[in-house]
Amino acid sequence: MVSIPLTPVKLTTKDFKSDQEVRWCPGCGDYAILAAVQSFMPELGIARENTVFVSGIGCSSRFPYYMNTYGLHSIHGRAPAIATGLSVSRPDLSVWVVTGDGDALSIGGNHLIHALRRNVNLKILLFNNRIYGLTKGQYSPTSEIGKVTKSTPVGSADAPFNPLSLALGAEATFVARTIDSDRKHLQSVLRAAAEHEGSAFVEIYQNCNIFNDGAFDLIKDPGTRDEHLIRLEQGQPITFGTDQQFSVVHPGGSFGLSVLPSADLGTETPVVHDATVDDPAYAFALSRLSGSDLNTTPIGIFRNVQRPSYDELIQKQLLDAKAQSTGTPEAMLSDLLTSGDTWTIL
Amino acid sequence: MTVPAKPVEQLDRVVIRFAGDSGDGMQLTGDRFTSETAQLGNDISTLPNFPAEIRAPAGTLPGVSSFQVHFADFDILTPGDSPNVLVAMNPAALKANLADLPPGADIIVNTDEFTKRNLAKVGWAVSPLDDGTLSQWAVHPVALTSMTVGALAGSGLSKKDAERAKNMFALGLLSWMYSRPYESTLRFLERKFAKRPELVAANKAAFLAGWNFGETTEDFAVRYEVKPARMAAGTYRNITGNAALALGLVAAGVRAKLPVFLGAYPITPASDILHELSKHKRFGVTTLQAEDEIAAIGAALGASYGGALGVTTTSGPGVALKGETISLAIALELPLVIIDVQRAGPSTGMPTKTEQADLNMALYGRHGEAPLAVIAPRSPSDCFHAAIEAARIALKYRTPVILLSDNYVANGSEPWLLPEVADLPDISVAFTTEPNGDDGRFLPYLRDPQTMARPWAIPGTAGLEHRIGGLEKADKTGDISYDPANHEFMVRTRAARIENIPVPDVEVEDPDENARVLVLGWGSTYGPIGAACRALRQRGLPIAQAHLRHLAPLPANLGAVLSAYDKVVVPEMNLGQLAHVIRARYLIDAVAFNQVSGLPFTAATLENTLEDVVKNG
Repeated sequence: MVSIPLTPVKLTTKDFKSDQEVRWCPGCGDYAILAAVQSFMPELGIARENTVFVSGIGCSSRFPYYMNTYGLHSIHGRAPAIATGLSVSRPDLSVWVVTGDGDALSIGGNHLIHALRRNVNLKILLFNNRIYGLTKGQYSPTSEIGKVTKSTPVGSADAPFNPLSLALGAEATFVARTIDSDRKHLQSVLRAAAEHEGSAFVEIYQNCNIFNDGAFDLIKDPGTRDEHLIRLEQGQPITFGTDQQFSVVHPGGSFGLSVLPSADLGTETPVVHDATVDDPAYAFALSRLSGSDLNTTPIGIFRNVQRPSYDELIQKQLLDAKAQSTGTPEAMLSDLLTSGDTWTIL
Repeated sequence: MTVPAKPVEQLDRVVIRFAGDSGDGMQLTGDRFTSETAQLGNDISTLPNFPAEIRAPAGTLPGVSSFQVHFADFDILTPGDSPNVLVAMNPAALKANLADLPPGADIIVNTDEFTKRNLAKVGWAVSPLDDGTLSQWAVHPVALTSMTVGALAGSGLSKKDAERAKNMFALGLLSWMYSRPYESTLRFLERKFAKRPELVAANKAAFLAGWNFGETTEDFAVRYEVKPARMAAGTYRNITGNAALALGLVAAGVRAKLPVFLGAYPITPASDILHELSKHKRFGVTTLQAEDEIAAIGAALGASYGGALGVTTTSGPGVALKGETISLAIALELPLVIIDVQRAGPSTGMPTKTEQADLNMALYGRHGEAPLAVIAPRSPSDCFHAAIEAARIALKYRTPVILLSDNYVANGSEPWLLPEVADLPDISVAFTTEPNGDDGRFLPYLRDPQTMARPWAIPGTAGLEHRIGGLEKADKTGDISYDPANHEFMVRTRAARIENIPVPDVEVEDPDENARVLVLGWGSTYGPIGAACRALRQRGLPIAQAHLRHLAPLPANLGAVLSAYDKVVVPEMNLGQLAHVIRARYLIDAVAFNQVSGLPFTAATLENTLEDVVKNG
């Protein structure tokens, strides 16, 4: 199998900054994500020219212009499809998709779920700000029900998607969530995503300070976050709050997970997090702990399981077929053209 | 082969139509008869005609499937207007095809199926075999089903399984009538039923029973022979347009030295290209059956961006869905081949019927000023060369190219003079590997002065990292630009770079050299137009024929060619789409002649129309 070439020289953050002026609104969460990605990329050691960022349409989709790698700013919703063709035909590339909640979950929902179920070797970063920014403030498929926006003056009647539940429903092999403002956590999640063979889906909560400012304050504000943010750590009991006052448990007779005050546990014990559980039901139950209200919101890696990537399976079919054939392509073509019932006129 | 026991009559050409229920195996029967005929060296043209339903209710008119084969001892251009022989496996097949039969034609009917119930299904109270309805034709009643079952008595097959071999009985009978060599059919049956030896034996037995029936029955007094056609020397095979397109794409990959990447979503009548290409992985051909039409072209474009020959195959509804991505490919200036096997529209229309009504969509069906190259093959075997030509233009000029096939050429077949691989054009192009700017910078939109193509610098090339996208780009640098003058320049440049693609001059066929009327066609109408022109010339009426392969850009000499004639007639299977282009572009009062029945033109229809123009102006 073809592998991704490594860089012969050590790269720095500066090497990943393009010469283009960054044009997001001042204060946009995208700046933090861009800085985190640019400073994280050198860690991977991958040759810069073998890194490609593909995006769709929306504020987040301007991302590729600012990365000094190969980049393709495509059309609304189609980045996973375009990236699929690129990744499958070029196993020597590290292909990243940058998308938003409208791009990935509304107009491009079909491509997202099919990329995930195929397990294409893509790292998909979904910047979720729960609003349409580039079109100036309409509700998105992750906006909470009742949301008042320019297109919903009396409140949105649309039930929102839970992006992680959706990805897990498509049986994505790597599913994680992180936050724009927590660079350390963001980079740790990106690191794990990059190491994953197959589709890695990362939802990044991102603040749109113009049209949906403060959407994630409950889990960002130092005064409230500890009561609401659940940090998933592999092999660790899932607890949170001041002095770990809350625990995530799996009550007997229930399909899902619940949050209980640790003091009330009795004989029950907190669930010990294991992202490698093959059954997606576990990660799905975790994804259901958070709703629009963010009241109990896990971040971290929900699921990280091994399954052959689509790219690998397709490459294997090509290599097997080539191994069984002999001769130059021209000779093989000549044989192909003259196959079947032929006749000769002298 | 047995020595013929009956007198043999020589014919120069024959048209046979096999018709039956969709489950009767008529396509297979026609296909085998064609293959036997090809072995004999006749020129051939075939036309299948089948319903979109996989199995419409048995015995009904909508369920009738047919296969027409025209073979001759001279070169022919069409599958024939009207059959000399109709094989009707049931009352529905007879009724559905009767109107196409000229008086005196032979009708072979399977009398076993002419039951009261089957007759009632098609609205016949009395059997047409009994009431004189068929008096103007030569009817041969044959108990095909029961004779097949009789021939297979003792084979161990159930009656139902034995009945299924009746198409082979019919094939055997027709093979005897027209003195076809049948060894290839027996070999075919061995291959097809390799895992079921009892079916090999049964089908062979049914075939030979049909053959022997012809030899012994008194109903068929003579057999016929059609001598081999005088065709150019070389090796031939019979090929459909879809198969030729698939092989052409494989050949394009070999001659471009690039992997072919096909993104496709199943759609009638284009799916066979996907099926065929998926068999050729050893050539580095990747096929992706995408989640939808948009993903199919998206993946193909992504592969092109990565340095593959990206291809997507579809029909009209699919092209409509792909429009936005085609525009992106135009903005990105990347190679991409889009194959539209046209069918009758709008909407779902008639998916198994033919039409040429996607020309406007191919030329104009996108947002913004979004020009691209358009070509169309003229016959089934021409699809092979058209596919290579589409790839050549796409690669050399970094542009999407739409290839307009249609159901008529896609499913029709004809003999194909196999090319030598070394004679196929070398269509390879070089990737850019070095910076092209003065200061060592890479300028992704700095054009080749000759071809106006921008560099194709693929990911993985160190030092050429760059970003491109659908936003308007500044000339040379490719940076995002909202500058008014730049946009004007880029729009005009994109138009000019397509208009400047050199394409061969259109050739005029005017053997009499004094024609005053020119008939101009494009795509699959070549055969019927050519046959009509030949017929007129034989009757002493001069007429010139020109046929367009390149629809965008148009050949440079087209205006001069058209101006040289008093009248220009443009027959099309649409409401005059090319005629509009001709009138608008060349200010020529072209006469549109249009048919949108879902069926190809017959040569006779065109002959009548053109005769009128030639005689009356």
